[in-house]
Amino acid sequence: MSDMRYLHRADLPTLFSAIREAGYRLIGPREETGQGGLVYREIDGVEDLPQGVRDSQAPGHYRLVKTGSARCFAWANTASAIKPYLYAPREKLWRAVRKDGRVHFEAVEREAAKTAILGVRACDLAALELQDAHFLQGAYVDPYYKARRERLLLVAVNCTHAADTCFCASTGDGPAAREGYDLLLDELEEGYLLRVGSERGAMIAADLPLQPASAAQQAEASAQSEACARQQQRALPSQQRLQQLDALLEDARWTRIAERCLSCGNCTAVCPTCFCHREFEVPALDGKSTEHWRDADSCFNEDHSYIVGEVVRHGSRERYRQWMTHKLFNWVPQYGRIGCTGCGRCTTWCPASIDFVLEANVLLGLAAAPEVELPHVDGSEAAE
Amino acid sequence: MKPANPYLPWEAEIVDRIQETPDIFTWRLRFTDREVARQYGFKHGQFNMLYLYGVGEVAISVMSNEGEELLHTIRAVGRVTRAMMELKVGDHIGVRGPFGSAWPLDVARGKDIVFVTAGLGCAPVTSSIKHVVANRADYGRLVIMQSVRHRNEGLWEPQYDEWRSLPDTQVLLTASRDKTRWPHWHLGRVSVLLDEAQYDKQNCVVMMCGPDQMMADTSRTLVDLGVPGESIHVSLERNMQCAVGHCGHCQLGQHFVCKDGPIFTWPQVAELMRVKGY
Amino acid sequence: MSAKPRVAIHKFASCSGCQLAFVNMGAELIELTKLVDIAHMAEVGHVLSEDEDMDIAFVEGSITTPHDVERLKKIREHSRFLITMGACATSGGIQALRNNADTAEWMRSVYAKPEFIHSLSSSGAIANYVKVDFELWGCPVSVRQMLAAVRAFLFGVTPPNLREKVCQECKRRGNNCILVTQGAACMGPVTRTGCGALCPSFGAPCYTCYGPAENINVGSFGRRLMGLGLSQEQVLRKFASINNAAPAFSDAAKLFCSEPWMEE
Repeated sequence: MSDMRYLHRADLPTLFSAIREAGYRLIGPREETGQGGLVYREIDGVEDLPQGVRDSQAPGHYRLVKTGSARCFAWANTASAIKPYLYAPREKLWRAVRKDGRVHFEAVEREAAKTAILGVRACDLAALELQDAHFLQGAYVDPYYKARRERLLLVAVNCTHAADTCFCASTGDGPAAREGYDLLLDELEEGYLLRVGSERGAMIAADLPLQPASAAQQAEASAQSEACARQQQRALPSQQRLQQLDALLEDARWTRIAERCLSCGNCTAVCPTCFCHREFEVPALDGKSTEHWRDADSCFNEDHSYIVGEVVRHGSRERYRQWMTHKLFNWVPQYGRIGCTGCGRCTTWCPASIDFVLEANVLLGLAAAPEVELPHVDGSEAAE
Repeated sequence: MKPANPYLPWEAEIVDRIQETPDIFTWRLRFTDREVARQYGFKHGQFNMLYLYGVGEVAISVMSNEGEELLHTIRAVGRVTRAMMELKVGDHIGVRGPFGSAWPLDVARGKDIVFVTAGLGCAPVTSSIKHVVANRADYGRLVIMQSVRHRNEGLWEPQYDEWRSLPDTQVLLTASRDKTRWPHWHLGRVSVLLDEAQYDKQNCVVMMCGPDQMMADTSRTLVDLGVPGESIHVSLERNMQCAVGHCGHCQLGQHFVCKDGPIFTWPQVAELMRVKGY
Repeated sequence: MSAKPRVAIHKFASCSGCQLAFVNMGAELIELTKLVDIAHMAEVGHVLSEDEDMDIAFVEGSITTPHDVERLKKIREHSRFLITMGACATSGGIQALRNNADTAEWMRSVYAKPEFIHSLSSSGAIANYVKVDFELWGCPVSVRQMLAAVRAFLFGVTPPNLREKVCQECKRRGNNCILVTQGAACMGPVTRTGCGALCPSFGAPCYTCYGPAENINVGSFGRRLMGLGLSQEQVLRKFASINNAAPAFSDAAKLFCSEPWMEE
C-alpha cells in the first residue's frame, strides 16, 4: 500500500479536474431534490457534493439532516450502490433482424464511457468484488459488465458516520476500505488523506497538490474509522453461525416475516450484490426487427421461479426465505463468502420496515422477536 | 465452443420436423454458418437455448447431434414452445449452447446402466442410450424404464422394441392412467417397474429424467433398495434464461441448475428437493 | 376485403381516455394501420355492427346496463381475441364505487322520471360477463403495452403478462423510494407494473391505477400507511380508488373499513 498524502479541502477541486483531464465522466454523491435522499449521479464540481449533510436511517426510513459541518462525506450511504453503473438495471443485449426468411443476430456491445465514481463506500467496494466474481470470473464473461468495469475509476472515501442500519463491521467489509479502489480518501475536518491503490489512481494523484500527511492526521483518520465501527448497533452473526440457517428452512419465523413482507422486491433492487435479471424481447411493431433486453429481476417476483405451469416459490414465505438463505448461506459455496457486505439498504428501503439483520438473529435464536410484529398504526412515523 | 458474447444466438434452419404426438414435435436443425456447425459438439445430457424470433428463448435438451444436424424434441406447453410448434421446415431460429453438465457415461463404463424416465424425460437420455447401445461391450446390463400417462402419448415405441431385443437388455414401459394392459406394457407409475428391473445395485449407474416428484420418489426407493446415492443421477428442470449462471433464476439452494446441473448426483439435491417451495 | 387482421375498438362506460391514448400514439399509429385494419372505432368515425367478425377486439369501459351485456356478448361471439383496455374494462373502474351504494335511491333523487333509466345495480368488469383473452390495466392504458399485445398477436403468441410491483420499475429507473425518504403514501408496493413508475419518478405517490400486482400484502401495507400518519379511513380510500372493484383491492377496502383491531 502506498503511503498517505494530504490534500487540503480547498484543493479538492484539483481532484475533480485531474479526473476530468484523464477523460472520465465524474459520478458522485449528491442530493436528489425531487425524491429526497442521496444518489450517485453525474456531478459538475465540489458544490454538488452533499456538504454538511448526514443521513438518518432506520428500517423503512431515510432522511437527510443538515449538520453545518464542512465535510462532504459524513453520511453513511446512498439509496442505490454503484451497482447500476456496472450492472445496468435495464439493458439491450442484442438485436435480430428478419429478412427473406432468415434471422440475423447482431450484438449491441458498445464501448463504455470512462467513468469515475467518487465517494464509494467500503461496503460497496466489497459488493463490487462479488459482482466481479459473478459476472467476470465464471466460465462465461458478461461482455456488457466487463466493458464498463474495465473503464472504471474508483475513488473510495472511508466512512466516518454509521447509520443505524449499518453493520459492515460485523461482515468485515468496513467501515474502512482495504482494497479494490484506485484512490482512497479519509475525510478530516480540514482536508483529505489520500492513498493510491492502482496505477490508474497513481496517475490521477500525480496531478494533485499533495503534501505529506502528519502522524496526527493519520491517527485522526484511524480513530474516525474505529469510532464509526463502534457506532454500529447491528451485527450479523458470523459466517460460520449463519451456516445453521440450513437447518431452519421450515422454521415458523419465515411465516411471521411473510405476514409483513410486501414482496415488492425493494430489498433486492437496492442490494449491491443481487444479480438476478430476466431476459425479454422487444419486437418492433412492424416485426422486421426485434431487440433482446434484460431487466434487473427479483426473487420476490412470481416469474423468478416459474417453470412451465408452476411458480416454485409461490408466496412471500418462500421468497423471503430464498432471498435470505441465498444471501447469508448459499452464497458461500457459490462465491466463497456470504453475499452481504453490511450496507443495510435492504432494511432502510423496505417499505414494511423488515429488519434483515434482526430477522437473521431471531432465526438463529440470537435475538428475541420484537413484541409488536406488524407495522405500528399510531402514526408515529408520520413525515416530519 | 465458447463465443465472445455468450448471450448471442447462432442462426439455425429447421431442415426437418416430425409431429410426434398432438403436442410434441421434433426438429432437425442445421446451423446456417458452416463453421459453427463444424465446431459445435455436445456431451450427452446437455441442453441448448432455442430462440423464437421476436418471442424469446427456451431451454431444451439436445436429443442428438447427427453429423452436422441437431435434434430437439419439444413439448408445446408455454408461450414460446406453442408458437414454435407452428414453425415449418425452412424456417429459421436461434440456437445457443451447449450448456450444463453431462451424463456420467465415462465413469459408467463396466457397470450396469439404468435409465429411468417419465414423459418427455426420455428425450434427454436418448443420445446416452444410443451411446451405450453403440458401445455395448463397454457396459454391463442395460435397463431402460419409461413411464407415460397413456400409451398413445409415448414416443418412439419401435425404438424401445428394438432395444428390447438387444442382449443383456431390459426395456420396461408403463402407462400410469391407461385401463388396458398392452403387451410389453405395465400399468402404474415408474415404481411398478423397479421390482422387475434386474441390475447389480452395488455396481450400477442410474440416469433419471422426469418430473421432480417422480425423481425424488424413485431416488429414495432406489437408495432403500441398496443403490448408493452417488450412483444415481437426476436431470433437473428450472427456469433458465441466460444458461450461463448469470441470471439467477434456476437457483436451487447453492446450485445454479444451468451450469452446475442440470444433471446432479442424488446426494447433491436430495435434501433440497425435500423442502417445498425452495 | 383486406387480408390484414381486423381490429375493433369498442367502448362501454368510460371516459374514452384509453381510446384517446390510442389515437395519440403518434407515428406508430400509421405503422399500425399498415399491419391491421382498424375496422371499428366509433371515436374516430369507423362504425360497424357488433356482428362483424374481428380478429382482435379491444374493449374499453365497464358494463353498467342490460344493453351493454347484450352488446358485449355479441362482440365476444364475433372476436377471435378479446382484450380489455384500461381500468374500467378490466376491474370496473372508478364508477364501480357505486356497487357499494343504493343506486336506486340515487336515481330517485337525481332523475325526475327514474323509470326511463335501465341500469344495472353495478359497474362490472368485462370478465364478469364474457371470457377475456388478455387484460391491459392502467388509467389510461399504456400504448406501449397495447402495441406489444398487437405485435404478440401477429406473432401468434400471447402477450407477456408481467404482474410485478411498480417498485421494481421504480428502482430500475434509479429512483429513491419516496415512501422511505418522505413518508409518502405511495401505493407502488401493491400496484402492478406497466406505467414505468411514472408518478414516483416525478416525486408523486402511486395511486393504484394499474390495479393490484400479484402476491400483495394489503393488511401489512395498510398498517404501514397508518404508521405513516394516514387514518384508517384514508387507507380505505387509497385502496378504494380507480380499481376499487379488483378483488384484491375490494378485500383491502373491507379490511380497513371498520375492523376493531385497527382501533389502537
